[in-house]
Amino acid sequence: MSRAAGIGAPVGIYVAGVGLTPVGERWERSLREIALEAIEAARADAGGLRPQALYVGNMLAPALSGQTHLGALLADFSGLRGIEATAFEAAGASGGVAVRHACLALASGAVDSALVVGVEKITDRIGSAVNAALAGAADADHEAVQGVTPTAQAALLMRRYMHEYQVPADGLAGFSLNAHANAVACEHAIYRRAISAQEYARATKVSDPVNLYDAAPVADGAAALILTRREAYPPGGPLPAARIAASAVATSALALHDQADPLAFSAAAQSAARAYAQAGLGPKDIQVFELHDLFTIYAVLALEAAGFAGRGDGWRLAQDGQIARGGRIPISTFGGSKARGDSGGATGVYQIGEVALQLQGRAGAAQVPSVRLGMAQCLGGAGATAVTHILARDESLRQGSDSS
Amino acid sequence: MEVSRHWRLRQQRYALVGEVCPHCDAKIFPPRDICPDCGQDAKTLYQFSGRGEVFSYTTVHDAPAGYEENAPYTVALVKLEEGPMLTAQLTDLGEQPVEIGMPVEMVTRRLREDGERGMLVYGYKFRPRLTAA
Repeated sequence: MSRAAGIGAPVGIYVAGVGLTPVGERWERSLREIALEAIEAARADAGGLRPQALYVGNMLAPALSGQTHLGALLADFSGLRGIEATAFEAAGASGGVAVRHACLALASGAVDSALVVGVEKITDRIGSAVNAALAGAADADHEAVQGVTPTAQAALLMRRYMHEYQVPADGLAGFSLNAHANAVACEHAIYRRAISAQEYARATKVSDPVNLYDAAPVADGAAALILTRREAYPPGGPLPAARIAASAVATSALALHDQADPLAFSAAAQSAARAYAQAGLGPKDIQVFELHDLFTIYAVLALEAAGFAGRGDGWRLAQDGQIARGGRIPISTFGGSKARGDSGGATGVYQIGEVALQLQGRAGAAQVPSVRLGMAQCLGGAGATAVTHILARDESLRQGSDSS
Repeated sequence: MEVSRHWRLRQQRYALVGEVCPHCDAKIFPPRDICPDCGQDAKTLYQFSGRGEVFSYTTVHDAPAGYEENAPYTVALVKLEEGPMLTAQLTDLGEQPVEIGMPVEMVTRRLREDGERGMLVYGYKFRPRLTAA
């Protein structure tokens, strides 16, 4: 079963190019233009490779830009007219799902190279229209109709968590502080500014107990990856190489209230378990973890679901510096959703690109020393879809070596 | 306009009618036709009491389109006494502070409006329980 759900171990799939554009309010650029920016950067990184297929991750283009059919649009606009191209939507997990489907196509042998672009254009609309669109990731008939927003859902989880495990009011501050501190060195981050514990404590509550610094900014962004089979790794591609060792998707009940145990983050747990099984690894092997800290409580629940802490103990990892760059399990090393910024369906692609940069030693000031194994996990809605990828540094691939 | 969409849901929205599984007796709300506990067909209608307690709650200040006029408002996960949980706004709170575990009961209220000429959507909200359980 795990083999059927996985990507066969003998087939090497590599991240051969990474293109990450700045997350922010890109008023002067349209959806297709920021996508192109990421695509061009990823292709240049991969030595100019022309991909055989395009997989797009996007959540809100139909709602915010009145645009569906992104596969054809972006293939055409990026000079790849004619190639196979499709968009995937799984709310905030869209980008991870697009990477998963690129992996399946590559593993099957249907294509040797694929381009994945995650793109989100938030600022075509503002205010309550954006809130309403984001709320569409929840159950429209039974959650959104009650006026519930993603922030409110996170607040419901955070309050319950703090109640069950007697977490102090500032117990989750460390996750926000860590993300902001890490983003200072990140060129594609929206907030390159450290924050203090006092600032966190004084921050306005946006949906009690979630305050301004518990919640990630949602902004425009696009990230792209070139993925190839081993034999198609481009001559000009980055070395050492980053290999995808596992790719797994899981789902749970869409509505928070339908989950048997909402704090268990069951889809996150299941997708991580499947990824570990595919790679023959466990949490103790993972050296960097780009998780979906759309809210600080999501970082806590994801760490617990992936086995880095027991139930009710995840929040303590931020207290003793274990999530920092020199700690046991560095997270949000480029700022995460909290400070790099969250671009909906692009987030999963940013994360995998960031893990690849860490493994290749290309993370600059964000570099975690001697990383060989990294993990990325993105979430749709309040954890109803979870996509986990494990990447490995692969030094067997060398310039000019027989890559087969 | 989404008239038929809201009309279809009138039984559950106005009267809290869900389902009961004929195989394992699980009570199901919102209705979903397949029992989430045992995976078998569950289409027998079931009238919920409307009583429950607050599992978690929060306040929405930054409301989505259609809900701005009511902001700030309180939303909760309500655990019904028959077992299932649902998401609902809390209403008629007055000065009473909300707490996890607080007993609540269902009432019918206006949920949203789509402008002056638009449709009004009614449905369940929950208020602090007035009657003894």
